[in-house]
Formats: sequence, C-alpha cells, structure tokens
Amino acid sequence: MGRARRLPLWIPALAAAMAALPFMAGSFTISLVNEIGMAALVVMGLVLLSGIGGVTSFGHAAFVGIAAYTTAWVNTELGLSPWIGLVLALAMTAGSALVIGALTLRLGGHYLPLSTIAWGLSVPLLFGNMTMLGRHSGISDIDPIALGGFDLMRPEFVFYLVWVLVAVTALFCHNLLNARMGRLIRAVRGGKILLASVGADIFRVRLALFVFSALTAAVAGWLYAHANRFVSPAPFSLHASIDYMFMMVVGGLGQLAGALAGATIVIAMKSALQDVLPLVTQHAAQIQSVVFASLFILLLHHARGGFMALAERFMQAGPAHGKAIEFPVEPLARRAMPERGTLLLSVENAVKRFKGLVAVNDVSFDVKAGEILAVIGPNGAGKSTMFNLLTGALDLSSGHVEFMGRDVTAMGQRQIALMGMARTFQHVKLRPQMNVLENVALGAHARGNCGYLRGGLNLDGDEERQIMAEAALQISRIGLAGQEHELAGNIPLGTQRLIEIGRALAADPVLMILDEPAAGLRKPEKQALAELLLKLRESGVTIMIVEHDMDFIMKLADRLVVMNFGHKLFEGRPEAARADQHVRAAYLGNAA
Amino acid sequence: MSLDIALILSVDGLAAAAIYLLAGLGLVLVFSVTRVIFVPFGDIAVFSALTLAFLEAGRTPPTIALVAILAGLTTAKECWQLIRQRNLSRLPRILLAWGALPLIPCIPAVLAAGRDLPPAVAVAISLGLVLPIVPLLARLVYQPIADASVLVLLIASLVLHFLLSGLGLLFFGPEGFRTQPLLRGGINLAPGLFVSLQVVLMIATALLLALLFFLAFEKTLTGKALRATAINRTGARLVGIRPSMTATLTFGATSLLAGVVGILIAPATTMYYDSGLIIGLKAFVAAIIGGLGSYPLTALGAVAVGLVESFASFWNGAMKDVIVFSLLIPALLVRSHYSSHSDDGAEEEV
Amino acid sequence: MTDIFALEDIHVAYGKVEAVRGVSLSMQAGTITSVIGPNGAGKTTLLAAAIGLLPSTGAVRFKGEDIAHLGVEDRVELGLCLVPETRELFGEMSVVDNLMLGAYARRSARRRMPGLLDDVYDRFPRLAERRDQQADTLSGGERQMLAVGRALMSEPQLLMLDEPSLGLAPLIVIEILDIVKSLRHEGVSVLLVEQNALAALDCSDHGYVLESGELSFSGASAALKADQRIFETYLGGL
Repeated sequence: MGRARRLPLWIPALAAAMAALPFMAGSFTISLVNEIGMAALVVMGLVLLSGIGGVTSFGHAAFVGIAAYTTAWVNTELGLSPWIGLVLALAMTAGSALVIGALTLRLGGHYLPLSTIAWGLSVPLLFGNMTMLGRHSGISDIDPIALGGFDLMRPEFVFYLVWVLVAVTALFCHNLLNARMGRLIRAVRGGKILLASVGADIFRVRLALFVFSALTAAVAGWLYAHANRFVSPAPFSLHASIDYMFMMVVGGLGQLAGALAGATIVIAMKSALQDVLPLVTQHAAQIQSVVFASLFILLLHHARGGFMALAERFMQAGPAHGKAIEFPVEPLARRAMPERGTLLLSVENAVKRFKGLVAVNDVSFDVKAGEILAVIGPNGAGKSTMFNLLTGALDLSSGHVEFMGRDVTAMGQRQIALMGMARTFQHVKLRPQMNVLENVALGAHARGNCGYLRGGLNLDGDEERQIMAEAALQISRIGLAGQEHELAGNIPLGTQRLIEIGRALAADPVLMILDEPAAGLRKPEKQALAELLLKLRESGVTIMIVEHDMDFIMKLADRLVVMNFGHKLFEGRPEAARADQHVRAAYLGNAA
Repeated sequence: MSLDIALILSVDGLAAAAIYLLAGLGLVLVFSVTRVIFVPFGDIAVFSALTLAFLEAGRTPPTIALVAILAGLTTAKECWQLIRQRNLSRLPRILLAWGALPLIPCIPAVLAAGRDLPPAVAVAISLGLVLPIVPLLARLVYQPIADASVLVLLIASLVLHFLLSGLGLLFFGPEGFRTQPLLRGGINLAPGLFVSLQVVLMIATALLLALLFFLAFEKTLTGKALRATAINRTGARLVGIRPSMTATLTFGATSLLAGVVGILIAPATTMYYDSGLIIGLKAFVAAIIGGLGSYPLTALGAVAVGLVESFASFWNGAMKDVIVFSLLIPALLVRSHYSSHSDDGAEEEV
Repeated sequence: MTDIFALEDIHVAYGKVEAVRGVSLSMQAGTITSVIGPNGAGKTTLLAAAIGLLPSTGAVRFKGEDIAHLGVEDRVELGLCLVPETRELFGEMSVVDNLMLGAYARRSARRRMPGLLDDVYDRFPRLAERRDQQADTLSGGERQMLAVGRALMSEPQLLMLDEPSLGLAPLIVIEILDIVKSLRHEGVSVLLVEQNALAALDCSDHGYVLESGELSFSGASAALKADQRIFETYLGGL
C-alpha cells in the first residue's frame, strides 16, 4: 500500500469484533449500532467539511433528508428498486448541495454558518408542507434493500451493509486527506490568499468538500429510509443537524476517527438516558434534551478538543516519524527559466489608495531575470502593499504590472502564481497541524494533477512519490532535512519562515517574492539563508525581498528600491544607497 | 388581490414588523457589543408571554422557579471561581449581584400570583421576571468562552436555544396560550380598513422603544461606552470600559426587549414553549439585512420581513416561513459582497 | 524621588517565541523616558504587556506597587494610559464622543469633563474645529492628536505612547512631540516608544535601546544621541 501509515492494530481488531457482533447481541442493540453507523457517515463528512475545512454547517440533516425522501418517493411512487433509489438520491443531494453551495460558500465570516441555519430549517419545513411527500405524516411502506435476491429486512442484515459502507467511506476519506487534494483541504483554513499562492481556488475546494460531505450524508439518508422503511420530517430537522455537530465536537473536531467515537458516545448516551430517566422522573423526554444541551455547553467550555484530544493525551505520543521518502524514477518536470538579464517584471506608475490613504504612490521599477532586488524602507512605507500588488493579492488603483512579457495588472493571484511567481508571507501562513513535508508539498500543488477520486482511491502513487521527493529535496535545500515529519506549528517562528521559502521553491518559481524572510532568525541562520538565496540566484531564480536587517540586505542584494511614505525614494546599487542623504534621513528620522 | 386585501395585509405586516424591529434591535445590540449571535431571543420572548398567560389565569408562573434556579447556579459558579482564585474579599459583592439582585422581581410575583391583577401590573411583573434571565444565562454560558471565536459562540447560542426550549417544556408544559389583548376596539382608517388598537399599540411601542434606544445610545456616557465597545473592543478596554460590565448591561437590555416582544405578540398568536426559534430567526433575517451592525437598516429589514411574511401567508400559509427564510440568501449575498474586502480569507479556528 | 513606574524582568512570549526577554527599566515621576529600537525589536509588545493587553511574567510596578495581576481596565483606573501604535479610536463616533470616553474610567476626570475638554481643545485647536466630525474621517495627524487627546482626558499619571510619529509628516511629528514635552511640566510622566530615534532622544530625558527583545544599552538621552552604536543598530553599519 502506498503512503498511508501502517494500519494501527486496533482497526483489524475492531473489524473482527464488529463482524461477530450480530451473533452475540440482540436486535435492539444491532439497531442502535446501525444508527451509530449511519450517524458516523454523516459526521465523517462533517469532519471533513467543518472540522478540517472550517466550513461550519448547521444543516447537514437536511441532506440526509433529501436523500431519504428521494429514495422513498421513487421507491413508493415509481416502484423503482432501492439501488436505483441510491443513484437518484446521490444525484439529487449532490445537485442540491451544488446549488446551495454555489449560492452560499463565498459568504465570509459568520454569514456562512448563519445561512446554513436558514436552509437547515427550510428544507425540513418543505418536507412537512409538500403534499407529494406526505406532509407531516411522511412516506411509509418503503421497500427494504435487496441484495442478490435477498431482502435486508432485519437489522442484523442491514448491519453489514451499513458498516461496510462506513469502512469504505472512512478509508476513502483517510486516503483523500493524505493525497494532493487532501493537503489542499487541510489548508483551506489558511485562507484564500494562501491557497491562491499555490495556484488553487479556495471556492472550488470548499464546494467540492461541501458536495462530498452532502454525499456521505446522502448515503446515510438512503440507508435510513430503507432500514426504517418510513421517513418523516422530524429526523432531518435543525435539531438533528445540531446533534450531528454535537457528535463531531464530542469526537474531536478535526479527526476522522472522532466521527466514529462521537457518534458512538452520543447515541449510546442517549439510549442510556432513555433507559434511566423514566425511572427517576416522569418528564424523561424533556429532561433528556435539557441534559444534552447542558452537556454540550460544558463540552464547549471545558473540552473543545473532544474525545480524540483526551485519547491522545493518554496514548503515548511517539516520536514524530514517517515513512522514508521513496525517490521516484522521474522527478517532476521543471519550468524553463528566462535568460539572465532579460526583463522579467516591470512596474509602471503603480498607485494604491485605501480610502483616503495613498499607500503606494506612483512607483515604477524593473526587475531583471537572475537578480536579487531588495525593497527597503521604514515601517509603513508601503513595501508590503507593493508586494501584494505584484502578486495580485490587491488590485492596483492605477498603473501597470507586466510579468514575463504579459500584462498581469488585472490578473488574479492564482493565475499570477501559476505563471511562476511564488511568495512568502510577512505573517507566516503555514498550517500548524500539518508536518513540514506536507506544508512544503503544498507548494508543488500546481505541478500535479491527481484529483479527489484518484486520491481517495489511492491511485495516485507515482505522482505522490514525485511530489514528496520534490518537497524533501527543497527541505534539504533550506537545511531542515530530518525535520520533515515535525508539525509545522511546533517549529520556531524564524524557521517557519524558512519552510515558507521551501514551499515557494517547491512551486519551481521563476520569481520568488520574500516578505521579511530573516525576521526572527539568529545570526548563523541568517548567514545560511543568505547563502541559500545566493545559490538560488545562481540557479537562475529571480528574487525580490523585503527585509529590515540592513546588514543582511547590503551583502545580498544586487539592487535596492528604497520606499518612504509610499514613494520611491531611491533605486540603485547598495553602495549608492549608503551615500544617499534622503535614505539616511528616512532611516534615522528627522531630528525634530 | 384587491386593494383592500393588500391594505389589510400591509397593516398585518407592519404589526409583525414591529415585533421583528424590537427583536432585530436586540440581536444587533448583543452581536455588536459581545459578538454573540443570540439565537435564543425568541425563547425569552416565549417565557415572557407564557409568564403573562399564567398570571392572567391566576396561576403561579414557573418563571419564578426558573429565575431562582438560574440565580442559584450562577452564584454557585461565581463563588466556586472566587474560591479557586482564593479571592474571598469579593464574595459579598458576588452574592449580592448574582444571588440576591435577580431574585428581587420574584418577590412581587410570588405575592401577586393567584390574585386578579390589572393588566398593567401583570405585564410589569412578567417583564420584571424575565429581566434577569438573559444576564444570568449569559454569565453561565457565554462568559466562560467570551474570548472564543464568533463561531464557537454561535454554536453555544444554538445549543442554548435547545436548552431553553427544553426548559420551557419542562416548566410551562406543552399547551399553548394566548393572552388577553391589552387594548380592545379599533379605528376605521378607511372604509373596509379596520385597525385594532392592539396593532396600534404594537407599532407605537416598537417606535417608542426604538427611539428610547437611540437616545440612550447617543446621549448617555454609558450608552456611548456600549457603542464604543461595539466599534472597537481594544480601544474600549484602553479607556477602561470593562467587557463584563458592558456584556451584562447589554444582555439585560436584550432581556427587556425580548420580554416586551413576548407581551406584544402573545395576544396575537398562540404561544407554545417552542415558538421562539422561528420568531428569533425571522428577526435575524432583518438583522442580517442590517449587517448585524446597522440599526436603521435593521428597521428596514424588519419592515421587509413583516410585509413578505404577511403577503406570503396570504398566498401559501404553509410555506410562509420558507419564503421568509429564503429572503436571507439575497441579503447574505449583498452583505458578503460589501464585506468581502475585509475578509482576507483565513478562517477562525474553533 | 521614587520611581513612578518600573518594569522588572519582563518576558512576553507568543506561543513558543519570546518577543521580549527579561526587560527591566524604571522611570522617575515627571520625566520622559524613551525606548528606541529597530522594527521588530519588541517595543510594541513591551508596552502591550505594561498596560496589561498581553500576558507577561515579571513585575510591573506603579508607585512601588506590583500591578502585574491587574487587568487593563484596573490599570487605567489607577492612572496608566496607553496610546497604541494603531490608535484604536472609535471610528464611527464623533471627536467629542471619543474624548468624553477617554474620561470614562476615572471618576475625578468624569466630574471635571467640561474643563478637561477645553484643555484638550486648547492643546489641539484642530480637534476643536472638528469636534463633531467622525473620527475615521480625520487625517492621520489629526487622528494621532485625537488619540493623545483622549488619553489626556483620563488625567493619566503615566502616559505611554507607541510610535506617535508613525506615518506622520515631519511637521506634525514636531507638533506632537512638542506637546509631549510640555506634559512634563504638568507632572505627567511619559514613556515614549519610537522608531524615529533622533526625534525621540531629542525630547526625552532618558533613553533605552531595545534590540531583539532585549535592552542593549541605556543612558541619558543626550549621551545616547552621540553614541555611534545607535547609528549601527539602525543602519547596520551602512
């Protein structure tokens, strides 16, 4: 098997125990375990979407409902088999998710989760008000699923189908998360700008995630309809959606295994409360919902990491290690570098206004292939704004930027990145929960093309080996060989800046734009960085750099652009800058 | 549809808009000062409506027990915290603020329950009983996670709604209530257009409270401190405005608004323990039209929601809620278009 | 004379990264003390810890008493005040509302509100002209004046200014620093953090140089100004 880590021992043990369960437990228990399996399917999708991808959905029960109602309706009204129902249910749910997602996934901040409440509430309301769907009494007499002429009528039979589907979905999700698109999914929380900087579109990733999570919910809905042989609006209400979210938080937000743990804990607890409460009170049902809500609030207060965080605390945290990186037969293809000394980037009369403030005021300069150009100036001079204009993160108010002979003034960040402009960020944008290797591999994203399906089915071995080898190569180049499997969040801030350089290098860039790469580095590290940058220049990469450490810049840069108050104060060689009166005044300040 | 019907529907819509205006103001206030999206607003309104219904029926409102329990829990939690911090000097203040103060409105309620009360007194007692509920709940639920992301606070809000509707069922029971209208009779505005005084009262109360709100915010230093907190939290702390003080004040004002909403709506609609969510969420649609920040736009949103709801219920009563919620999509899209510039894309971590 | 304010062995960390490492400084009442240093040296972090916006270890002494356990609001009530680099004005409120809120936490200041407002308007006539204008429509210089004015409304005993010259034209810098100098005569002690080293040393009595989170040297401002090492710190032996 490919890159997936060795199977932990508990998985085959659990599988064996599960296979034996129907022979040992009663029907009631099996029904309960089936319910857990169906919930786990929904929560797995939610973990990917909300826990990992950061798109909070308060409406996923609606997707379960859409699938359940679709298969129920085609089965009872048109007499189609449940298997055709499955196909139609998946199609219907995917279609709904596409429409809802296309409308809402661009929403920023808290507006997106709020919109999910709206459809999470409206969809079950629709079920309850459509005559065609039986209004509040729902649809009954749905056929059980038939497998090879054998009706899966009893819970013991449905059990195997449910849990095979859970296992297959879990495996698919696990593979996907460790593949090229999975790295992107895990980086979605880093934001639009980070994704665009590696040539990916955050909206498309979010939409794909949204549809995928709707599909796992659809599978659960289909199973639900045919296992219970009856659907009504109540199990798909907003309340049910919140229950799924509860399961996710109980299990541990960002973890696939947490989906199973959360579904098990919540459903088992519910069932236990149903048994115990009637013994002590006559208001059992009311008290149950109060108890549940109170527990959820306590969980938010005290243990937001959920079960998996607790489990990890008890399990011995082994040393960070991973599989040795295998070198592929053929490395990733490289770009042809432009000839040294030719014009690579030209900025003409760039202006950027924010409200009344002019951050960049009529600045022009050229960058030639193969040089190191430093942009310096005091705080607030407009340097970072200038970089954001070049990379497309901000739009120019007026002026032009040309890169590799093409006018990129109106181009988005992503297209510019794809043309070979890679960057690092002043405020480091690494994914703390991903290891160094994966963070750097993210940079090579645009150089691969395996999608979600190949990733999930583990059919991307060759390309993954190429990408990983490339990432490992860049890590050794920045001097971090041996730390590939450390989590990026556990690495000192100065070194994190180096990892960002590694990520930029993995994109095989023509032009690298570095925003304060030496900040937080110690003297010898700065020296090593300077040597690395000089070596890169030799290999034909052009470098633009913003930096405050003058010592570092003076030894490194071929040319300087000095900015102050948004204006270009000076352009030329370092020695000349040293002699310039204006530059001195800008740095030391005016003696008032 | 004839003009007459359109006019009648419009009046109905404006009466509903009055409700959504008050609720919307409360939601915007809470969000801008505390970043809490206060989903359970409607549940509090239900508590006040049912409290009034119990008083009218000559029964002891279970709200008294609810307030006492919440006050007990909050005091216990605050004391426990002080003990852990070994800071017992503040104990008397805590006992007074969280233990005794919330119980004051319970006294007249206990004394008056079971008697035949004039409507104004019953209303006053109901409002008084509801007043401490939100500050107490906020202290219990939101204060420990005051620094968490908007998202965590939103999840807590949703859960709190389910908690409150569970408590509502437990304390008030499953049956629905409708209270006596506060004013009877009406006026004929035009031939065929009869407007009941109750509707006039709803609209007038909403406008009056909105005006009072405006004055409190613009003219008093405390009001300015609330606004300042909403505009810039760090700036507010730097001039010495305490977030816990502004939060308690805000939640108190919200409690009062929700109480008034409950009183106004109860004669018009039968209220059940779980009627709150829909009321709250419709007010949300109005508040989101106002970007959860602008009071005038929220008022406009409230009118839009009220009118859409009224006309939608004429065309298709069953679907009116779905139609109102679908207003949210264009509102959100417009909002998000205008706010997208500040959104650099990095998502909040839970 | 006793020290009005002192920091003792202050450490501030962002996660695993220490931005301020064991800084100790002290200042006497009625003096201006400047902390200068290049970008990223930890100056802003130091002030944020001094006012209580960031958690830190070490002692923060105000009139001899350790106030490190107090929150921002308590420190403001005692008479400390910070004008941060980012100003933190109430953008959608008027100039006069911003100023009035400056007096919010101090009961004595609230009582003397009208007089204090007049004082601020005397000091910054431009704010008087714009008293009903919204704060976020002001120019950069006016905003800085408003930020300083709001701070003065609390009648602070210790005023901390973070980069008051940042992004301002030289003439306005001179105007603002002149006002800072004048505060000394009114018994206000000022802790001034500046990147603009020469201007800061010009108007202060005593100076500290902060580099990579540590104090590298200190002394009378006049002496520091003549020190070649300052020059090297800033321009890297340019």
